[in-house]
Amino acid sequence: MSFFLETLAGGLLAGVMYALVAIGFVLIYKASGVFNYAQGAMVLCAALTFVTLTERDLPFWLAGLVTLAIMVTLAVAVERVVLRPLVNRSQVTLFMATLGLSYVIEGIAQLLMGASVHELDLGIPDLPVALGPIQLSRFDLVAAASAGALVIALSLFFERTRIGVALRAVADDPQAALSIGIRLPILWAAVWAVAGFVALVAGLLWGARQGVQFSLTFVVLKALPVLIIGGFTSIAGAIIGGLIVGAADAIAEIYLGPLLGGSVSTWFAYLLAVAFLLVRPAGLFGERAIKRV
Amino acid sequence: MSRLVRALRATALAASLCAAPAAMAEPAKQYFPLATFRVGAYASSGIPSWAGVIDYFRYINEIEGGINGVKLIWDECETEWAVEKGVECYERMKGGKDGSPVPIFLPHGDPVSKALTEKSVADKIPLVTTGYGRTEAIDGRVFPYSFTVLFSFWSEASSAVNYIAEQVGGKDKLKGLKIATVYHDSPYGKETQTPLALLAKTYGFEDIQIPVPHPGNDQSAQWARIRQIKPDWVFLRGWGVMTPVAIKTAAKTGFPVDHIIGGIWSGSEEDVRPAGSVGKGYLAITPFPASQDFEILKKIKAAIVDKGKSDLKDLKSFGSVYYNSGLIEAIISVEAIRTAQARFGNRPITGAEGQWGLEHLVLDEDRLRAIGAEGLVQPLRLSIKDHEGGGAGKVLQWDGAKWTIVSNGWVKSDRELLLPLIYERAAAYAKEKGITPRSVDSAEAAAQ
Repeated sequence: MSFFLETLAGGLLAGVMYALVAIGFVLIYKASGVFNYAQGAMVLCAALTFVTLTERDLPFWLAGLVTLAIMVTLAVAVERVVLRPLVNRSQVTLFMATLGLSYVIEGIAQLLMGASVHELDLGIPDLPVALGPIQLSRFDLVAAASAGALVIALSLFFERTRIGVALRAVADDPQAALSIGIRLPILWAAVWAVAGFVALVAGLLWGARQGVQFSLTFVVLKALPVLIIGGFTSIAGAIIGGLIVGAADAIAEIYLGPLLGGSVSTWFAYLLAVAFLLVRPAGLFGERAIKRV
Repeated sequence: MSRLVRALRATALAASLCAAPAAMAEPAKQYFPLATFRVGAYASSGIPSWAGVIDYFRYINEIEGGINGVKLIWDECETEWAVEKGVECYERMKGGKDGSPVPIFLPHGDPVSKALTEKSVADKIPLVTTGYGRTEAIDGRVFPYSFTVLFSFWSEASSAVNYIAEQVGGKDKLKGLKIATVYHDSPYGKETQTPLALLAKTYGFEDIQIPVPHPGNDQSAQWARIRQIKPDWVFLRGWGVMTPVAIKTAAKTGFPVDHIIGGIWSGSEEDVRPAGSVGKGYLAITPFPASQDFEILKKIKAAIVDKGKSDLKDLKSFGSVYYNSGLIEAIISVEAIRTAQARFGNRPITGAEGQWGLEHLVLDEDRLRAIGAEGLVQPLRLSIKDHEGGGAGKVLQWDGAKWTIVSNGWVKSDRELLLPLIYERAAAYAKEKGITPRSVDSAEAAAQ
């Protein structure tokens, strides 16, 4: 039983890490209806910038601030150069634009900062912690706490600030929001900037976990089923989706993998996502589209 | 008529006089195409590897004046380590350059080497795959143009088991041990399952196989299983991000890192550095020992690196596992061309002649000493029936900052045990593909 609990807890904690990346997708989709495929590239760019700066002896906090400034600049540039000219285009067009953007960000980041693998030490010891009969990772616990704090901060941002309320208004009905004087370009830039901040947090935690390297972009592969299950418009949904994907993946890998003679976690999360799509197309917490016909 | 003949002779003489200075000014060069990967997910391994190749070629050209006077020229084609781009580069470059043929092609990737197996036979261009590639290609009767030189995956598995045997006090002490292989769930990762099953049956240890799906950036489930099974040793066959994540996850589940032996592609600085301090003590078996202290590296440092002519941008990688892997590939290629020149003349070598050079390559202790590669390259003797030629690795241990060689010289594999099974599998491949294996005598006669 303790082995099952340990597998479950490990999976849940891994799921929180995937949710961190998924939150970046949710933010942009919620505000602009754009599925930003470049979120993985933003995670890589943020982590690579941070580690490059710390390797040049910048203090931790200053490297964080400079990276954040770069991510905000990138966000504003994306809004100006890519999104604004494509306003009112179809969702597929916007998706393809972000797909192209992801390659551009990855390429330029590697060109400027190199392709080497970097160690990123956040000062969190990654040693086992015994909680009764089960053993957990201290680092994963800290990562889960960070994700929790981020969700609370983002929820407060959306509920309590003027920009947050305006963003919700834009997400609900862009035309109505525009008619009452909400300036869409500023809001889009703001939400891309927040997504850049989320990418920085995710990049630091994932980078510390596996090293800062190109494969950071691959974490989006697991964020997609998280989004499908949790819903594309809910931050809390991203966390719940992450927990479901993490736990299901770990349990399937341990108990189903040996029966099938191979690893299953490459596709099991997607199987789960497809099942959710059939039963609940908008995900657990996503907003169901209601149209007058 | 005689006037016409005289006129023609005069024209021919004039033409030869005009052409002669050009030919003298431009001696024949040996083309060597390089299908590099300097961008993309695996650029961090590609950049130092190709620097090792290019620095050695520059050393040969500048210090030795080429291979017996034939200088090397090369072109790069970016593959991003993708199979389709690797095949495209091969097709683009296989025709040679300026009349100089391709003597050897380095695919630099297990999937692309498998994709090129049959094309290389049709084009008569030998593929040299050091530390990767199809293990059955050791049998050159069935795979005439594939050379799994140095250390096949089967040898890698066997040497790792033999190193464990050394640590526990002999092969008889392997009985009852649990050895878990944590592998990249891909054809490359599964390649060692057959030899490990045979070795487990032979020596009586328990062989446990645990797959990790690509890319391997979360392994909590796999290491929870390790914690449950409690193996004595873990053999880690990763690729890319899988290795540092495995080391970190092992540490946080409490598995001793100094009882993990990484395979060839889990044994570079790039694999273990991101794991940070918990990687201290991690072991890896490799045919590419890391160090700057080998004689040839000292020569390259003086002649190329210190003069600012190195292909390396980040000199921290000089003497690293990946840099040395490129250097070793280049040494083997140059020596195969040299061997072929001894048979066919000191001129650019064709692919078919390159095959002959590889199948007659002998790198004994004396030759390795002369090159300055003693200890860096294991002694090799290739033949038609043996495209591997070596089959040994050295064990490295990470001290937190660099690798240290901890094995007592080269750890040999049980080739006498594995070869019959390898030949059996090669014969099965030949049957499946309708290939008539070369006989050793007829192949030798054809080369005369």
